[in-house]
Amino acid sequence: MNAFWIILTGSLVATCCSLLGCYLILRRMAMVGDAISHAVLPGIVIAFLFTGSRDSIPMIIGAGLLGVLTTFLIEFFHRYARVQADASIGITFTWLFAIGIILISVFAGQVDLDQDCVLYGEIAYVPLDLWLTEDGLSFGPQTIWTLGFVTILIIAFITFGYKELFLTAFDPGYAAVIGISTTLWYYLLMTAVSLTTVASFESVGAILVVAFLVGPPATAYLLTDNFKTMLVLSVIIGIVASIVGYYLAYWLDGSIAGAIATVTGLQFALAFLFSPTHGQLFKRKRTIAV
Amino acid sequence: MKEFFEFFSFADANIRYVTIGSVLLASSSAVVGCFTLLRKRALVGDAVAHAVLPGVCLAFIVSGTKNPLILLSGAFVTGWLSLVLIDYITSRSRIKEDTAIGLVLSVFFGIGILLLTSIQHSGNAAQSGLDKFLFGKAASLVGEDLIVFGAVAVLLLITTIVFYKELKLLCFDETFAKSIGFPVRSLELLLTTLTVFAVVVGIQAVGVVLMAAMLITPAAAARFWTERLGVMLVLAAVIGAFSGISGAFVSYTAPAMPTGPWIVLIVSMVAILSFAFAPKRGWVARMLRRRRNKIQILEENLLKLFYQLGEQHEDYFSNRTLDNILTRRNIPKRQALAGLAKLKRQGYIKRHPDGWALTREGEIRGKRVVRLHRLWELYLTQYLQLASDHVHEDAETIEHIITPELEQKLMEELNYPALDPHHTKIP
Repeated sequence: MNAFWIILTGSLVATCCSLLGCYLILRRMAMVGDAISHAVLPGIVIAFLFTGSRDSIPMIIGAGLLGVLTTFLIEFFHRYARVQADASIGITFTWLFAIGIILISVFAGQVDLDQDCVLYGEIAYVPLDLWLTEDGLSFGPQTIWTLGFVTILIIAFITFGYKELFLTAFDPGYAAVIGISTTLWYYLLMTAVSLTTVASFESVGAILVVAFLVGPPATAYLLTDNFKTMLVLSVIIGIVASIVGYYLAYWLDGSIAGAIATVTGLQFALAFLFSPTHGQLFKRKRTIAV
Repeated sequence: MKEFFEFFSFADANIRYVTIGSVLLASSSAVVGCFTLLRKRALVGDAVAHAVLPGVCLAFIVSGTKNPLILLSGAFVTGWLSLVLIDYITSRSRIKEDTAIGLVLSVFFGIGILLLTSIQHSGNAAQSGLDKFLFGKAASLVGEDLIVFGAVAVLLLITTIVFYKELKLLCFDETFAKSIGFPVRSLELLLTTLTVFAVVVGIQAVGVVLMAAMLITPAAAARFWTERLGVMLVLAAVIGAFSGISGAFVSYTAPAMPTGPWIVLIVSMVAILSFAFAPKRGWVARMLRRRRNKIQILEENLLKLFYQLGEQHEDYFSNRTLDNILTRRNIPKRQALAGLAKLKRQGYIKRHPDGWALTREGEIRGKRVVRLHRLWELYLTQYLQLASDHVHEDAETIEHIITPELEQKLMEELNYPALDPHHTKIP
């Protein structure tokens, strides 16, 4: 049963992250996911100080706000101060992360947090944190409910906003002509990324969030030229990584999140070498045949 | 204040180690960071910082010891491999650089975490403290660390000086460098090696995430103050060194404070202030410049109007009312009044009982604007074959930015013309 809950958690995170990641990598914003996942640290600490508890909801709100602030700062430095795009990302998140660590040290006595637990999360603990009613009835792990809700939200966002997201990402000029606000959809997408990052974080850790945001979409991108197919493929790839990763971790007796990230790397390597359309091997064969 | 003197007398050996270590580290990585920043690869530092973890773990598994030199060489190997992979993926597939960086970063770190936890669970007692290697310990630097930092810092600086010209060309014109036969591939590898060196050594002091800041932030800040690479390198090193000292000082006055994050916080503040206030490229300077331009355009447009009104009856110095001026051109009333007041202060116009009149200086300046406008119109119709009713808009913008030298050139080019395309006189 535990294996089931853990794989389900991984798959839910994989679904949200892979879907959003497809947009990020095509907009050349893959590193924004990494930036958000580090920059929300001060938000988590502040939320923790305000409520004094490790409840998920205030933390998600605190971190979510910081996530949106991060994307705003990155945009601001880049557009108004004309800092080059990659430097703007790098400066913003390291700065916020440093503030987070300093806050933790200042309130060390009151905050039962450390950077390890935020960044590395422990997916193995998911089945332990059950949602019990007063009668002792169990509804399964709490994380599943939170993540399930977020997943539904993200799928709805992408289904209903498909046209807008597609146009603002690939043809901003045309989008502007037919009256779709590029800025609005940029921030909606970034809010979705922040929400997903933050909701996933506690259970799987930052590193796996980044791996899911980039790995499966990049793999899918090497396998298809159709964007809808890419979305579906990357979700499937993400879920497969969760399953295989779980058993790899079991076999090596190591971190599940680390193992899943490793598997996303293997999947990418396979696609990179053997993809029928973009793989290295077939490219080479074709050149020889010609 | 007492603490200030205590600290800066450097009497305490521990203070000396921490400060010198932080300064060497921060300034040498800042110098290397300048090159990665200019090559638009600011985030590779982050990738290397994460890719170090599996190397450390593998080195431990293979050697079974925690000898820093062996762990560092492991770190170096995987850090280096990560950069080579990023290059390979971006050059051989449609994957873009940022995606490749994100992918390599998370996968290498994932492998590292998997290995680390696997080692920890294996019951090997020798492994304790292995994770500390990765998350920074600037406050506990000792003499031996200092020797390593110093050696690496000197090595980085010397390499930069020796290959300064080559690296400069690599950053600014790679294609040209290739065409004159520079070994571009080897230079890239050299730069990669320098970056990995800086990261691998720095990581022990500030930790994985903050190492990226040590590379990017001082370089980005320095970039805002200068256009010259040499100056930029020195500035970045100075900013790095300053943050290193300040960070060490903060953690000295408040012992619970971690040094690394404070260094990063201070260097970020320096960078943000630079983005805002650097004299040429800064945000504030640019806003001021834009405002000045706007005011200048308003002034010149007003003077132009005075001149054009004067042209009608060959009478340039009579009194004009506000209505009189604004009928020819739609300028918001309040702006127009502010502009007029300013022109009066500068002596271009005089106040009359019910209006304003040009002074001699005002007439000269107004005349020049009108002349430039008409010259440019003529230029466009003659050289670009544009219809004469299409050239007004363009001349409206250009008339404010033509320099006297350009004006002279235009006159020569057009052979000192008398009439513009609309057959009005060019004054």
